[in-house]
Amino acid sequence: MNLNYEFPGEETGYAFGFLDEYAKKEVRRAILKAICIPGYQTPYASREMPMGRGFGTGGLQLTLALIGPDDTLKVIDQGADDSVNAVNLRQFILHTCPGVAATEKTEAATVIQSRHRIPEKPLTEAQVLVLQVPYPDPLVVVESSEARRKTMHAEGDYSRLLVKLYEDIVRFDEITISFRYPTRINGHYVIDPSPIPRWDVPKLDQSPALVLLGAGREKKIYAVPPYTPAEPLVFEDVPFRVEHFLDGQDRRRACVRCGATDSYLDEFSNDQDAKIFQCSDSAWCSERLSRQRREEVPA
Amino acid sequence: MTQKILEVRGLSRIYGHGCPMCLASTGPEHDTNVCGHCGSIVALHDVGFDLFRGEILGIIGESGSGKSSTVKMLYFDDTPSAGQAIFHDEGQRHDLFRKNAAQQRSLRNKRFGMVYQNPHLGLNFQVSAGGNIAERLLMSDVAHYGEIRRRSRDLLARTEVLPERMDQNPKTFSGGMQQRVQIAKALVTRPPLLFLDEVTTGLDLSVQAAILDLILEIQQELDTAMIVVTHDLGVIRLLAGRTLVMKHGRVIEAGLTDQILEDPQHAYTQRLVASNL
Repeated sequence: MNLNYEFPGEETGYAFGFLDEYAKKEVRRAILKAICIPGYQTPYASREMPMGRGFGTGGLQLTLALIGPDDTLKVIDQGADDSVNAVNLRQFILHTCPGVAATEKTEAATVIQSRHRIPEKPLTEAQVLVLQVPYPDPLVVVESSEARRKTMHAEGDYSRLLVKLYEDIVRFDEITISFRYPTRINGHYVIDPSPIPRWDVPKLDQSPALVLLGAGREKKIYAVPPYTPAEPLVFEDVPFRVEHFLDGQDRRRACVRCGATDSYLDEFSNDQDAKIFQCSDSAWCSERLSRQRREEVPA
Repeated sequence: MTQKILEVRGLSRIYGHGCPMCLASTGPEHDTNVCGHCGSIVALHDVGFDLFRGEILGIIGESGSGKSSTVKMLYFDDTPSAGQAIFHDEGQRHDLFRKNAAQQRSLRNKRFGMVYQNPHLGLNFQVSAGGNIAERLLMSDVAHYGEIRRRSRDLLARTEVLPERMDQNPKTFSGGMQQRVQIAKALVTRPPLLFLDEVTTGLDLSVQAAILDLILEIQQELDTAMIVVTHDLGVIRLLAGRTLVMKHGRVIEAGLTDQILEDPQHAYTQRLVASNL
């Protein structure tokens, strides 16, 4: 690692958004196709980016192709605005997109790039959520041949995926998929909704915001257009359920910071080696906390 | 009047680029199905037959005679070079080889059943016996877990697989039990047409007898039409009402099974019957 490395100060050396206009045009064209065919994995020429595959290059290319100088950007990683991945991606985008503002507030952002979470605060029609995807195809766990997977997608044949769920219920009495839950979009294509937890899957259904998913290594873009049905793959008599966060006494665990009992929680160990739980969405947690403090301290 | 379920006409398959001499230089009279001019293999030539609802048709012949190839073409495991197969189902007429790939897969998953000689071709050894049956039901749009469990359990019990083994992987089963799971898997959607390709080969005699009894019972119960491919005359005698005898890709004799076995007309059939009985 070169500790003395600095980003080039002369930003005009880069095209706006790092990618050249032809590359951005190609990505936008793929995005349009992905929106037209909800859930369909649209191939695109994923470019080499100045970071390793797996750091979110798919999502980054989507963001760079879409963002304009008037946009406000929020980047999160596992719900946090201040994790290494989020900080670096945000810094890169801001350096290569002069004029773009960054925010931690979900409601203030027009483009939200996220790794593994959908913000707790409901999104609006004015926002675009970009999710970074490591493995775009949910069928990869049951079929190794991409040609056969394409046929299965085209025919809507997800029986082998359902067999996997069947085997889960037989062995564990429940479906054990905790993230990357296969989700059927608009009644046809089943997508891998990136490694978001089950908690976030219902947020895809009829979402007012456009949700774009980009896999840089696998060179695929797919989309959940606004107000589109998104149903987790289940059996008719085995309903989908989200994480319940119950303790030993069947009480809902609360966030150790803000006390929330209605958010997705991350588990930590404190200095006494005890389990504590905290909101995964750090901006949402902080906002709630500051609201509580304002209410406690009269003006 | 018995309803016709399948009409096969002029079914042919040549492996290789073929030449004008292929048909003239192969066949039973030349004692080969390999063309001496171009090296192509005439696996099937001008195979034709009718099959009626609830009927069991036997296809018998030596290895390489084309009996398994016939079934493979009809089950869409392979594509014929020429020929026509009409499948009559629920008032509809399906020209099998003119269907697109998706329609063929749909028919294969929902209206046909297949039991292979090798259980590795018919079963998924990554999932349990019940999972194998579930897969076929899910392909047929049954998505109710309880219903899938109930139907799988009933059918496995019907095929004499112990209920407590339903959730075990079939790779831990004996060969006979794997075949019974295959039969259960093939029958779970109650297909009107079932293909059985050397189902008893490699099994010991008592297991063979149990499987043949099971096939007969199911055929009578479900009125399923079956095409049974075998080189075992005993299987044909027990199961099939009519039989085709094949050699080097051609049907050399066809008729009632009793007639074929008791009064064979073709010299090859006579030798075959004499060597087996």
